Amino acid sequence: MMTGPLFDIAVAVARIAVFFAFCFGLVVVMTWVERKGAAYIQDRRGPNRADIFGIRAWGLFHPLADALKFLFKEDFIPDNAHRLFYQMAPMFSLAPAILGIAIIPFGPDVTVMGRTIALQIADLNVGILYLFAVSGMTVYGVVLAGWASGSKYPLLGGLRSSAQMLSYEVSMGLSLLGVFMVFESVRLSQIVAGQGGLLFGVLPKWGVFVQPLGFILFLVAQYAEANRTPFDLPEGESELVAGYHTEYGSFKFSMFMMAEYLHMVVGAAVVATLFFGGWQVPYLGGAGFLFPGGFAVAVPPALVLLLRLGAFVAKVVFFAWLYVWVRWTIPRFRYDQVMRLGWKVMLPLSLLNIFATGLIMLLLKG
Amino acid sequence: MTIGIKKVARPREMSFPESLYLVEIVKGLGVTMGHMLSNIVRQEGIKTIEYPEVRREMPPRFRGCHRLMKREDGSPRCVACYCCATACPAKCITIVAGESPDPGVEKYPVRFDIDMLRCVFCGMCVEACPCDAIRMDTGWFTPPDDTREKLIFTIDTLLEK
Repeated sequence: MMTGPLFDIAVAVARIAVFFAFCFGLVVVMTWVERKGAAYIQDRRGPNRADIFGIRAWGLFHPLADALKFLFKEDFIPDNAHRLFYQMAPMFSLAPAILGIAIIPFGPDVTVMGRTIALQIADLNVGILYLFAVSGMTVYGVVLAGWASGSKYPLLGGLRSSAQMLSYEVSMGLSLLGVFMVFESVRLSQIVAGQGGLLFGVLPKWGVFVQPLGFILFLVAQYAEANRTPFDLPEGESELVAGYHTEYGSFKFSMFMMAEYLHMVVGAAVVATLFFGGWQVPYLGGAGFLFPGGFAVAVPPALVLLLRLGAFVAKVVFFAWLYVWVRWTIPRFRYDQVMRLGWKVMLPLSLLNIFATGLIMLLLKG
Repeated sequence: MTIGIKKVARPREMSFPESLYLVEIVKGLGVTMGHMLSNIVRQEGIKTIEYPEVRREMPPRFRGCHRLMKREDGSPRCVACYCCATACPAKCITIVAGESPDPGVEKYPVRFDIDMLRCVFCGMCVEACPCDAIRMDTGWFTPPDDTREKLIFTIDTLLEK
């Protein structure tokens, strides 16, 4: 029987290990999903050659083959690069992306050996502000990579990235203020708990139903933040070769790649948590389903826990897929369009959203 | 003919809901999802050919890989006259001639190598051959292989085709 501090440490390590493994597993799968999904959307076949003992499994082993290839490639540093910063940039890109997973609640509280454990690596009281802080830091990796490469295209990519991040960070933060006002907290655990109720007795009280405009603004800002199409100007293959990571090869390139996909996974988890109820399943309470008509289905507690964990995973997987789906649907914006959208459309709309939310809350409480 | 002004059709102005993009993006997502689902359900509908397992049907007069013809007794029809090697603009044919055991034939090719990596598939060798010993009617181009050596076709390979 474990006691006090040892138990706490074991719990902390277990939570980190489980969620870290989940996020990285999803990153690996997402690289495959991106390639295969793109292929099927464009009427191609996609990766299907890598095999282990003759098993091809629809190309599922390609991420493994890619990782091995990246590990064994020559670790190359261009002559013009700043040697220290050039090598630091991929780490600066990857580390904040990993840090972001710390505050996402991936399940309800569970009771193990008489102790209540929150299924969240750290329930910080600054909550989402921490996420803004660390995800804002990813831009350093990109800018550093662009500058330290000592080459023109990466520099342009890095500059674009910093301008884009500045523009969208503002409306991203403001678009979430409505959510904080409605759920009266910045702690993700309390926001998720607040989404368990019902709206007008029918709709689940999810962020997307109480803050529809906030949801659209946040989703768009997330795409811009993660440098994904239609806002992938820092990479812009057709204009900038490969953007900020043009001069990178081998595992350093792979780290940029992982950072991008980790951003997608974290972004998907944040959208699911803030706007789609996190681990909440609609109408599912601690004892079972209770539908609006008064119709109830009893569910054993273990199954409730599994359903809620499953709901979280399903939501994250869907929004991660949405990133891929959107990427292969719409083309890239022109640079001035990105800036116009950020400052002239998104910013006023997010301010309007705050005003409207405040007005409605005042009238309702009136 | 008089010089006039030609009116080019401009794209029409976007209506307000269109200029918001949101509905149009959802429509686009529908299109891509439709393609993806139909391709997952009907894999055979995908146009990509799984080369090299599956081969495209080539037109009957397609000029592809070479083959060497045989006489009725199975010996090569080639008399090692070097006409093809001389005609070849890529210099990819190597012939070593030997004295034929058949008293009616003067020479035969001891070696007849075609470097498929250098061949430009021009068909000059076929034109040059006086005894119709080399043809390019196998209906396929150079297959993929692991090493360069495997793509230098020797007389045995060429006679088999």
